[in-house]
Amino acid sequence: MSIASTESGQVSLSGLDELWFQVAGTRCNLTCTHCFISCSPHNDAFGFLSLEVVRKALIESVEWGVREYYFTGGEPFLNPDLVEMLVLALEYGPVTVLTNATVLKDEWLKCLRDAEERGPYSLEFRVSIDGPDAATNDPIRGEGTFDRAMRGVETLVRHGVLPIITMTRTWADAEDHRILSRFRDVLARHGCDRPRLKVLPRLLIGAEAVRTCGYDETDHVSVGMLDGFDSDQLICSHSRTVTDQGVFVCPILLEEPSARLGGTLAEADRPFSLDQGACVTCYQFGAICTNPSGQVFEQTGDGAGEVHT
Amino acid sequence: MKLAFFGGLYSNYLALEAALADASRRDVQQLFCLGDMGAFGPHPDRVVSLLRDAGVTCVQGNYDDSIGNELADCQCGYTDPSDNRFAQISYDYTLEKTSPVHRRWLRALPTSLDLEHSGVRMHLCHGSPRQTNEFLWESTTSDAFLDRVLDPTGADVVLGTHTGLHWTRTTPRGRRFVNVGVLGRPANDGRTNVWYTVLDLTGHEVEVEFVPVDYDFHRLSGEMRSEGLPDEFVTTIESGWWTTCLEVLPSRERRCGRY
Ligand code: SF4
Ligand code: SF4
Ligand SMILES: [Fe+2]
Repeated sequence: MSIASTESGQVSLSGLDELWFQVAGTRCNLTCTHCFISCSPHNDAFGFLSLEVVRKALIESVEWGVREYYFTGGEPFLNPDLVEMLVLALEYGPVTVLTNATVLKDEWLKCLRDAEERGPYSLEFRVSIDGPDAATNDPIRGEGTFDRAMRGVETLVRHGVLPIITMTRTWADAEDHRILSRFRDVLARHGCDRPRLKVLPRLLIGAEAVRTCGYDETDHVSVGMLDGFDSDQLICSHSRTVTDQGVFVCPILLEEPSARLGGTLAEADRPFSLDQGACVTCYQFGAICTNPSGQVFEQTGDGAGEVHT
Repeated sequence: MKLAFFGGLYSNYLALEAALADASRRDVQQLFCLGDMGAFGPHPDRVVSLLRDAGVTCVQGNYDDSIGNELADCQCGYTDPSDNRFAQISYDYTLEKTSPVHRRWLRALPTSLDLEHSGVRMHLCHGSPRQTNEFLWESTTSDAFLDRVLDPTGADVVLGTHTGLHWTRTTPRGRRFVNVGVLGRPANDGRTNVWYTVLDLTGHEVEVEFVPVDYDFHRLSGEMRSEGLPDEFVTTIESGWWTTCLEVLPSRERRCGRY
């Protein structure tokens, strides 16, 4: 094989459309077996973001013309300043928070919905539940988590939230349709009668690499693969992720040191080599982290999945 | 000076006729259409004939690009399998029923237009200035982003359609964005009327008026049924509520609807 065909392709930042905040670091109340950044109650690899860091980034983001803000973790609601951060971010643009919905409180929801109604922008809740029943979900997300998440969904619905439910596919592709329609029935029984459902591909990194198998050492997106490919399909071409340890190329590769591009947004405005196995999954599935309403579609391509917390 | 802007016709020739009549009653001097002539409704050739006969200046939408170039689908980018099924039924119907002459006409449309009237610079596009099929929803478009995508046009007013919901905002840097709405289907508000936009330009001042249009929607839904178009689409025409393609709606816009 020639050097040219194995060299990794590079993607530069075409514009900063989405700004991600790794607001809970790698801290989560759950320890899902497929978590691509191995979050748990004890993983301190990345810490909470402070309100000040978020505020500064929001101010800085204006000159970048950021379209929307994503808050993720870990479990974002473990960060005691999260509600205040979301309220603040809603003054700048639309906000999406990715949660496992097991720790939601009525008072937070009330405050957040009020903030949303005061301004022009949407506040989206993206809830990760990995199947339409405890038997599918709990082996991955933990004993009792299905019921807890469904109670979280009920709380959201009570406050007029229309959640986006994301599930990581741990079944055969052909099962999608059956599982989605079962999920619709189950959610309706919990009062959520118009959910937006998204099935996500698994990323074979973090805990998931231990659970099943990881990518091959040699998996990457080569220069040749990018030939004629619309790089806008990859979130690294239009987003960056703020963590307590600097700005990363995307919310996926936090465990990869080379994915830290700098200390500020300006420093992080440089190309990234797609030399990671996870890049191959993005390449296959498109902008897997973005909401359906915000996706930039390739003019002749089809839709894509999403990534979850 | 008054200008009229139509968008998203979706083959609704009855609404287009009504809008053309309304615009002429208002002494509108020039007519524009921002694309997506076909889809959804019956007899796609009729809107194209009306546009050409009335001398409407047109911009190409993603649907027109697809039909004009006989692509496999409409490039709307829906994410839900059943949405895609309905979209495909109406796309295949529209492609088959659009005459070769009209396909050529759709193919040749420009993807954007720049013009100036009464000292006001305008940029006409379909989705956003940077991409034909980009959704600019009111609730998911930040001020900062709007400035970033409008700036390169150098225009005072940028007009688009594509999402199906009309809205307008003046950015912090003083540019105006107008989503002119669509004539093809109601605005997901439980009313059967559809919308277009009149721009009134007087000495650098720009006044934006969203105009509701009533038309014979019973006749349209009857024809949709007899053409075998999806019942879900017919329901939207008759009820004013969107029934499909809801996955792409942000929560704020979605909450306004019934489904
Ligand atoms: S997948 Fe989400 S909920 Fe599960 S451990 Fe990781 S961050 Fe927490
Ligand atoms: S994992 Fe995906 S988003 Fe991150 S750098 Fe690789 S291709 Fe880009
Ligand atoms: Fe369109």
